[in-house]
Amino acid sequence: MNSNIWLLTFADAISIATTLILASLGAIITERSGVINLGVEGMLLMGAVTGFIVADGTGNLWLALFAAVVVGVVLSAIHAALTVGLRANQIVSGLAMVIFGTGLSQFIGKPIEGDPLPVIIRPLELGWLSDLPFVGPVVFGHDVFTYLTWVAAGGASFYMHRTRPGLLLRATGDAPATVDAQGGSVAHIRWVHTMVGGALMTLAGAWYMFARAAAWNQAATTNGIGWIALALVVFASWRPLRAIGGAVLFGFSLQVPFTLQAQQISVLPPTIVAMFPYLITLAVLVLLSTPRARRLLGAPKMLGQPFVRDER
Amino acid sequence: MKRRKVIAAAFAAAAMIVAAACGGDDAAEEVTEETEAATEETTAPAEDYSMVKAAVVYITTPGDLGWSYMHDLGIAYMEEQLGIEVTRLELIPEGAEATAVYDKLARDGYNLILGTSFGYMDPMLEVAAKYPDVCFQHASGYKTADNMGNYFGAMEEARYLSGIAAGAASASGKLGYVAAFPIPEVLRGINAFTLGARSVNPKATVQVAWTSTWYDPAKEKEAAESLLATGADVLGMHQDSSATGEAAKAAGAKWVGYNSDVRAADFPDTWLTGPVWNWGPHYVKLGKDVAAGICDNSPYYGTMADGMITLGTFGSSVSQETQDLIAEKAAAIIDGSLLPFTGPIKDNEGKEQIAAGASAALGDLLGQSYLVEGVIGSAKG
Repeated sequence: MNSNIWLLTFADAISIATTLILASLGAIITERSGVINLGVEGMLLMGAVTGFIVADGTGNLWLALFAAVVVGVVLSAIHAALTVGLRANQIVSGLAMVIFGTGLSQFIGKPIEGDPLPVIIRPLELGWLSDLPFVGPVVFGHDVFTYLTWVAAGGASFYMHRTRPGLLLRATGDAPATVDAQGGSVAHIRWVHTMVGGALMTLAGAWYMFARAAAWNQAATTNGIGWIALALVVFASWRPLRAIGGAVLFGFSLQVPFTLQAQQISVLPPTIVAMFPYLITLAVLVLLSTPRARRLLGAPKMLGQPFVRDER
Repeated sequence: MKRRKVIAAAFAAAAMIVAAACGGDDAAEEVTEETEAATEETTAPAEDYSMVKAAVVYITTPGDLGWSYMHDLGIAYMEEQLGIEVTRLELIPEGAEATAVYDKLARDGYNLILGTSFGYMDPMLEVAAKYPDVCFQHASGYKTADNMGNYFGAMEEARYLSGIAAGAASASGKLGYVAAFPIPEVLRGINAFTLGARSVNPKATVQVAWTSTWYDPAKEKEAAESLLATGADVLGMHQDSSATGEAAKAAGAKWVGYNSDVRAADFPDTWLTGPVWNWGPHYVKLGKDVAAGICDNSPYYGTMADGMITLGTFGSSVSQETQDLIAEKAAAIIDGSLLPFTGPIKDNEGKEQIAAGASAALGDLLGQSYLVEGVIGSAKG
């Protein structure tokens, strides 16, 4: 039985990483354009609650995920309007998105509190692959979205580093003035990538709702995963493929407190172990706040800076 | 440029205000409106209790279909019986925020203020000292004052009975228990459940997973899954959501609920039974007391005998034989001939806690800080 629970821990770490990868992928794409959206937690919650409500009404998972994506686009468009259009402080607007998303999701989620999930995302049946020892449950025991997420991370990496629009995206984050001088539209690029990033964040929330959570439970539904996703961006030094590894690591540390309890391993109280991912997140967010550390970690050079042509 | 920045800042500020309003006040107002509609429909009671201005504070929301849901049923019963309307406040965190909430309720002229979470005890005590004319009543705690009583119930009686159902249903003899916090109330519940299970299945063990939360379905589900992975085929739980049931259902395991049995029908094959609260009659009594100018500050501990505690409906997989056995034991608990905590009882570190033939006094039960033999896990969380 001992190996059984560790298997479950690894499998769960990879499963939970799906949300982290999707959300941090959204944040990476947004931040690469020079816009920082701290509202991930609020976006996850809005994605989760929208998905639940639409699935409750229609019984259709795809419609639910689509609705979540639409909400993500709308919310991040508000962020883009404030920060790109009106050049407001990105940190303040992002924090407002967290509070707005949390409050609004609580409000519209009131009637579905505690209800059973209308649809559940289940792992794929992959025949003999699923029956392989260890690899079966850990690698081949997931739902289709987990695998699509890996593909998406690969796709995002290819897009950023191997295509012309991707080059423009990176240039917009590093040297928007150059993009502007070459005739590119900084505002256009920032708008589009902020909205695509936002869609990935709400999609992450909706997936978490249907695949991991047991019920809608207001602000506690996502348990601070959005903040972890933000830390993961730094951890992955703004590279999509590195986010996969980091996400599994964070996923493991989210999962391991119960495993240690079940295995009667009491090196540290489980409550302390459960703090680890958040402690790392705190440390990373503090690091992120100094320009020097950001440069060292490979952050987009103009991250968080509104682009103003005449003030160049 | 400057002007645009000002506009943007104003936008952000407005968004925050809207969000804050959506999160808190609107929800509270909505609930009050609903209760107004409800009271208008009920027939007028014989006596006038309109001088009773009551408010109740919940840690979660009645939407949890668990702890707060059952309190809310009790409050609705009180409203109907007394012909009053009760103000409900939901999602109030324990600690400093609770103190401010209780202070505000007392200032607003409520004369019966109810709090239903353990962590409200000290905030209520603090505020009660400032408002001697207001009657405070706290569920699940142990501190009282001249104008503050407490009320709770012997859930261990029904937990013991549910343990019998669990022990009888387990093929492997390995049971699991998703538990919130290592406080006496929860420890007592685990112990009673284990004693019940071992009364029919002497080799049964109960493995505990602590979640450090009362209400977090995702976390509770993960804890339940970790227990199922260690081989448990029946789960019990002390949480406010039914996430344990979702995990058990997915794994084809059986489970025992808690608080209410409203969701039993959602788990036709896997639900065994669940210990259930019935707060209504006590709330009616507290309301009538206040109308008579009394604030009963003696601790009230409800039982199966007085109806505050019951055992919920049985699932289809519970055999008639087991149901009969449980009915027999329930009768013995109600007439006082069966006390679940009767020695010899050893803790899971081998130390004798209750001597052979002795039974635990209520005071000892309320302060129980160990896990009995057969429980795998630590009483310290």
